[in-house]
Amino acid sequence: MSAKPSLFSFARFGAVLIKEFIQMRRDHVTFAMMIGLPIMQLILFGFAINSDPKNLPTLIEMADEGPVVRAILSGMENSEYFQFTGVVTDQAAGDLALRDGTANFVVVIPPDFERDVIRGLHPDILVTADASDPSAVGGAVGALNGIVQVAIAETLTGPLHAVAGAPMPFSISVHRQYNPEGRTATNIVPGLLAIILSMTMVLITAVAIVRENEKGTMETLIATPVRPLEVMLGKILPYVIVGYVQTFVFLIAAKLIFAVPFEGSPLAFFLGFNLFIIVNLALGFLISTVTRNQMQAMQISFFTILPSVLLSGFMFPFAGMPGWAQALGTAIPATHFLRVVRKVMLKGAGLPEISSDMLAMGIIMAVIVTIALLRYRQTLD
Amino acid sequence: MSEMPAISVKGLTKQFGDKVVVDHLDMDVPRGAIYGFLGPNGSGKTTTIRMMCGLLTPDAGDGQCLGLDILTESSAIKEQVGYMTQKFSLYEDLSIRENLDFMARMYRLDRRRQRVDAALDDLGLADRQHQLAGTLSGGWKQRLALAACLLHEPKLLLLDEPTAGVDPKARRDFWDEIRRLSAEGVTVLVSTHYMDEAVQCDFIAYIAYGKKLISGAASEIPGMIGLHTWRVDGPKLTALEAELRNTEGVEQVARFGAVLHVSGTNEKRLREIAAEMSAGGKSNWTEKKAELEEAFIYLMAGASDNFAGNGEAA
Repeated sequence: MSAKPSLFSFARFGAVLIKEFIQMRRDHVTFAMMIGLPIMQLILFGFAINSDPKNLPTLIEMADEGPVVRAILSGMENSEYFQFTGVVTDQAAGDLALRDGTANFVVVIPPDFERDVIRGLHPDILVTADASDPSAVGGAVGALNGIVQVAIAETLTGPLHAVAGAPMPFSISVHRQYNPEGRTATNIVPGLLAIILSMTMVLITAVAIVRENEKGTMETLIATPVRPLEVMLGKILPYVIVGYVQTFVFLIAAKLIFAVPFEGSPLAFFLGFNLFIIVNLALGFLISTVTRNQMQAMQISFFTILPSVLLSGFMFPFAGMPGWAQALGTAIPATHFLRVVRKVMLKGAGLPEISSDMLAMGIIMAVIVTIALLRYRQTLD
Repeated sequence: MSEMPAISVKGLTKQFGDKVVVDHLDMDVPRGAIYGFLGPNGSGKTTTIRMMCGLLTPDAGDGQCLGLDILTESSAIKEQVGYMTQKFSLYEDLSIRENLDFMARMYRLDRRRQRVDAALDDLGLADRQHQLAGTLSGGWKQRLALAACLLHEPKLLLLDEPTAGVDPKARRDFWDEIRRLSAEGVTVLVSTHYMDEAVQCDFIAYIAYGKKLISGAASEIPGMIGLHTWRVDGPKLTALEAELRNTEGVEQVARFGAVLHVSGTNEKRLREIAAEMSAGGKSNWTEKKAELEEAFIYLMAGASDNFAGNGEAA
């Protein structure tokens, strides 16, 4: 006969787990989707996406000040490509801001710039761009020379008029940091991991759980002594493993097909993607508790995926979005994971640089899990 | 062995939204009995069954199932109860063997392999064990579902309209199996709206609109309703049937082959009709004892579908 009741049974948990794997294997369409979809998206998006954002956060390292510098800076700001958000005093501070994403550009005005301009010494302004997202900074970089030239021509009148004529009395050097060739794929591909994982994890989890309700098998399941936690873990763990497989496929494809570098800490990456997978599974679970059939689950899943694509900074650079869209984007887990992947893969970040993103994902997860568990109790009764 | 009932509930009530689905229901199911649970669609049979085995928490009322409290000991109840759902609810994309294996693991059974093998042999499905459950016919699905809920040797079987959509031969085989289990001491509670299943039961409860209208030993039910029945034969039976349906005092006309069973609760009025009709010479009337068949039809005719409005129950 059966053993006495227990709070958690590994045998029952294992039974759900095994069942879930068998079902996963039998469902050829879903199985193909889990492996095929990531590759398809990689190829499609990896080669296709581009755009031209404005108002990019820019820092100035100013060692000199004067009418020419003011003209240049106001010209840059008037172009709407650049938005000056602050001043740094040394190169290390500028580099840090670029790496953690608070700035896309650092403009360095060298000492004695004004004097050298007037003396005709042809000084050099250094603009360091975060080119890990080349589409975000590409437009701005391309327009930079023209913007400055016009600004100077219009502003420098009177005694300074003499220096305003072409050719320019100084030069601008653009230094593309992190992605020197400015390849879009280098930026898009790491971002795709966030999209692929949110798509498959949320959708498949939601559908797998709702299927149990729709087909009536949940009734059999709850008539057995199985506990909600055993069902939840047993159903979710197989999809965590699917997420691992997808990430592995992704990393290989990123390296072999797109030659995307992996500069940063593997540990930071590992922790980040595990947290992201858990957030997505919890979201899928939550969706399953508010839907009645697989069709609804799919629709709501797609509804959550769309903002992940559009508002996370994947499709359009985050800095280029209006404030309300940025606020919405901040509530989306993919936004933070996207930053983690780009920082780690392209900018060589480690745990300290991604800690704020991890915290944000952690908060989102706590909210989702709480709601999901509350909802799940209700549906069992 | 103490003669405590297998199930005993009092004042069981469940409400979904503002609809009272089960309304202060009392019920006692004796150990080892086959207890038939009758009622129209939507009358609350499934909800009642779920509350009795701890799947649903009642809004009011209490009771025990196999000596365990239905409110607080539902997980212990689940270990000893086999529940067969109305709709096939095993995994269609798992094979027959995988389904049985899964259920055996759910109940953490020892000697799992032998038990599953034995169940497959009993079913006669040993050579088709790797076939997907979804590809089985209705009758086979039902037998598989029964086998799955018997794996852990439950003391109580709850069958929710088990033979809906199953052919008559498979239904007879199914009932032979239920009788055999009952003989072994398993208590069986079965909900149905088929007459040929109702007559297999030792006890009957009839519910409509979530209220129990009548319950008792199957043989006593017709007497409890106060039904009187006359057996009628003669030529032009169809025309006669139509005429009788419009006759005041006749509450039910049921055709059994070449005879009509005419029933009503007003014995005196029925006797008058019989005398009148017999005198006309067109039909022969004989009084007979009202059986469960007549009682069943009488009850089921009272309220055809409880999902619609607030019509009057029988």
